[in-house]
Amino acid sequence: MKPDLFESPDYYNLDDLLSEEHKLVRDAARSWVKRAVSPIIEDYAQRAEFPNEIIAGLAEIGAFGPYIPEEYGGAGLDQISYGLIMQEIERGDSGVRSTASVQSSLVMYPIFAYGTEEQRKRFLPDLASGKKMGCFGLTEPDHGSNPGGMVTRFADKGDHYLLNGAKLWISNSPFADLAVVWAKNEEGRIHGLIVERGMEGFSTPETHNKWSLRASATGELIFDNVKVPKENLLPGKNGLGAPLGCLDSARYGIAWGAIGAAMDCYDTALRYAKERSQFGKPIASFQLQQKKLAEMITEITKAQLLAFRLGQLKNEGRATTAQISMAKRNNVDMALKIAREARQVLGGMGITGEYSIMRHMMNLESVITYEGTHDIHLLITGADITGISAFK
Amino acid sequence: MKILVCISNVPDTTSKINFTADNTAFDTTGVQFVINPNDEFGLTRAMWLKEKQGATLHVATVGTAAVEPTMRKALAIGADEAIRINAEPTDGLFTARQLAEVVKNGGYDLVIAGRESIDYNGGMVPGMLAAMLDWNFVNTCIGLEIDGDKATAVREIDGGKETLETKLPLIIGGQKGLVEESDLRIPNMRGIMMARQKTLTVMDPVDMEPGTRDTQYEKPAPKGDVKLVDPGNLDQLIDLLHKEAKAI
Ligand SMILES: Cc1cc2nc3c(=O)[nH]c(=O)nc-3n(C[C@H](O)[C@H](O)[C@H](O)COP(=O)(O)OP(=O)(O)OC[C@H]3O[C@@H](n4cnc5c(N)ncnc54)[C@H](O)[C@@H]3O)c2cc1C
Ligand SMILES: Cc1cc2nc3c(=O)[nH]c(=O)nc-3n(C[C@H](O)[C@H](O)[C@H](O)COP(=O)(O)OP(=O)(O)OC[C@H]3O[C@@H](n4cnc5c(N)ncnc54)[C@H](O)[C@@H]3O)c2cc1C
Repeated sequence: MKPDLFESPDYYNLDDLLSEEHKLVRDAARSWVKRAVSPIIEDYAQRAEFPNEIIAGLAEIGAFGPYIPEEYGGAGLDQISYGLIMQEIERGDSGVRSTASVQSSLVMYPIFAYGTEEQRKRFLPDLASGKKMGCFGLTEPDHGSNPGGMVTRFADKGDHYLLNGAKLWISNSPFADLAVVWAKNEEGRIHGLIVERGMEGFSTPETHNKWSLRASATGELIFDNVKVPKENLLPGKNGLGAPLGCLDSARYGIAWGAIGAAMDCYDTALRYAKERSQFGKPIASFQLQQKKLAEMITEITKAQLLAFRLGQLKNEGRATTAQISMAKRNNVDMALKIAREARQVLGGMGITGEYSIMRHMMNLESVITYEGTHDIHLLITGADITGISAFK
Repeated sequence: MKILVCISNVPDTTSKINFTADNTAFDTTGVQFVINPNDEFGLTRAMWLKEKQGATLHVATVGTAAVEPTMRKALAIGADEAIRINAEPTDGLFTARQLAEVVKNGGYDLVIAGRESIDYNGGMVPGMLAAMLDWNFVNTCIGLEIDGDKATAVREIDGGKETLETKLPLIIGGQKGLVEESDLRIPNMRGIMMARQKTLTVMDPVDMEPGTRDTQYEKPAPKGDVKLVDPGNLDQLIDLLHKEAKAI
């Protein structure tokens, strides 16, 4: 693996829009990724293993619950800081960013937003410090884009709930200490339950042979008559809107994260194009390569503006689900296209693990699918502007 | 023990250097500023002293409000307080004079500066500061241990190392070796949060005229093409080295 020479592009001087603290947070995350992620990540991805050794570092840079208030162990930062941290982590690897997104937006956020004070105090500080890791179980084998159809169920047994069912494609599941699981009660209403490792009948087999997010562990959650204590139900919100609220937060982070992956591909391709000579001159001097590079920086700049404005709206509590969908869809698609173009700029070298591009490209195939597929986000925009849902 | 680390705010080493106003001023457009690397080694060494031996750690800079992010980073890394003397550091003497005032009034035992700043590479500030204060001074320092009021410092010398014993109060001009690159601290979230509450005092400069003034900057001439000389034609090589490269 080549040394990480990343220099962040900022074509429209967007740094001027950031506060001193935003930049401090971003630069700390950037330095940490250079030091702790870049040197090891290719090796872990090749071996399809999650780098456990970086959990403590992720916690140190505030990647776990950056916007959760300080009294629960979070950093109490704003949404733009959260976005910038995700951008920097995904600049390193989408799988590592996935771990951070899940912990922050899909585990800590629901406990914070829908949990009792007792649940917050019990779980959030350990999740913020990385002492405990969590996962989020929504998707099922037969219900992906249509989570409302889920069949995982729990029944009230007086002093506990009895949970049965299975979840698939769950990031972090193989090593998670706890899972925020979405399941229907006897009336068919969706609720969130905190299921803890060690509960009888709860297992988490790993999903192997992925070509994407290889440095992130993905697996199943299997509930075979699991007795869940009643105090583990999240009482604050129920119905499909509860898990979708978490997804809003995670998708927002992905809209920023994808910029990081795109920046890394662009930066690598630009450097390579200036150094690599063919026909007696740098390949960067050929119009076809310039077109690719020029379009990449244009698209990155547009994506940055989209994310920044969305961050302002989120800070003001005004960002809508549909606005978040637009940014997630646009930015991930932009990153995936840039990864494919950048890979070609590197010619044969582009397919090797010496450079990060092919890893980003493969990772982004998951990112464009999870947290709502590319198609589904388009339908969300369509429904929003026409008032007619085309889902069903 | 009370330690002051002097921090100079310099362009990141990857910055593109350009000049404006007819080559009389440095163009800061798009330039990222960072803690001078030599000072960053010193800051980390000071953090170790603070953590292992118990010390109060202040950082000081001479600069305008534009350098505050650098100071905030030093606070996030772990300095207890920051002082900014509100003036352009227009030359080494001016800078040293301002810092001397901070040291005199601050009751410090140890001042850690960098061997040189990587922007103007003057390498003068710590020496002048030591002279103004009449303190012991060790330059190009690559190792430092403090035991009570005794200090053991290691210096880099041509082809080797020199170990010195001296006493506090002491000023060092530090560099890599005080700590290694991998030891440099990245601010963590707790540090960034704590930095919000820490004091950053802004002081007016002592009135003085700078001794020198920059009148013109010039970039090195771009490198010419490589000339290949046939191994059998050593006379041509000597001729080129003598007349064109003016190296011999
Ligand atoms: C690596 C990875 C990690 C994941 N992590 C998690 C996790 O931590 N937690 C979790 O709960 N889930 C997770 N997921 C699951 C992910 O959210 C789902 O894969 C995603 O929602 C799509 O569901 P599906 O795979 O069942 O595809 P399907 O829903 O079967 O979709 C297949 C195709 O049909 C299209 N389609 C579906 N419905 C429509 C429609 N109405 N109109 C037009 N086209 C349609 C889709 O766009 C897609 O192209 C993860 C997935 C991956 C790959
Ligand atoms: C806007 C601007 C205009 C300038 N104009 C001139 C000019 O007209 N003429 C001229 O000669 N120079 C000029 N300078 C450069 C100025 O001399 C230096 O920035 C400064 O005096 C110290 O540089 P040095 O290279 O001598 O420091 P060095 O002696 O190489 O620095 C060694 C160490 O001293 C400490 N130190 C240095 N500077 C500071 C500081 N500002 N605050 C705290 N500690 C410090 C640090 O610990 C540093 O590692 C200008 C600088 C700026 C920013």
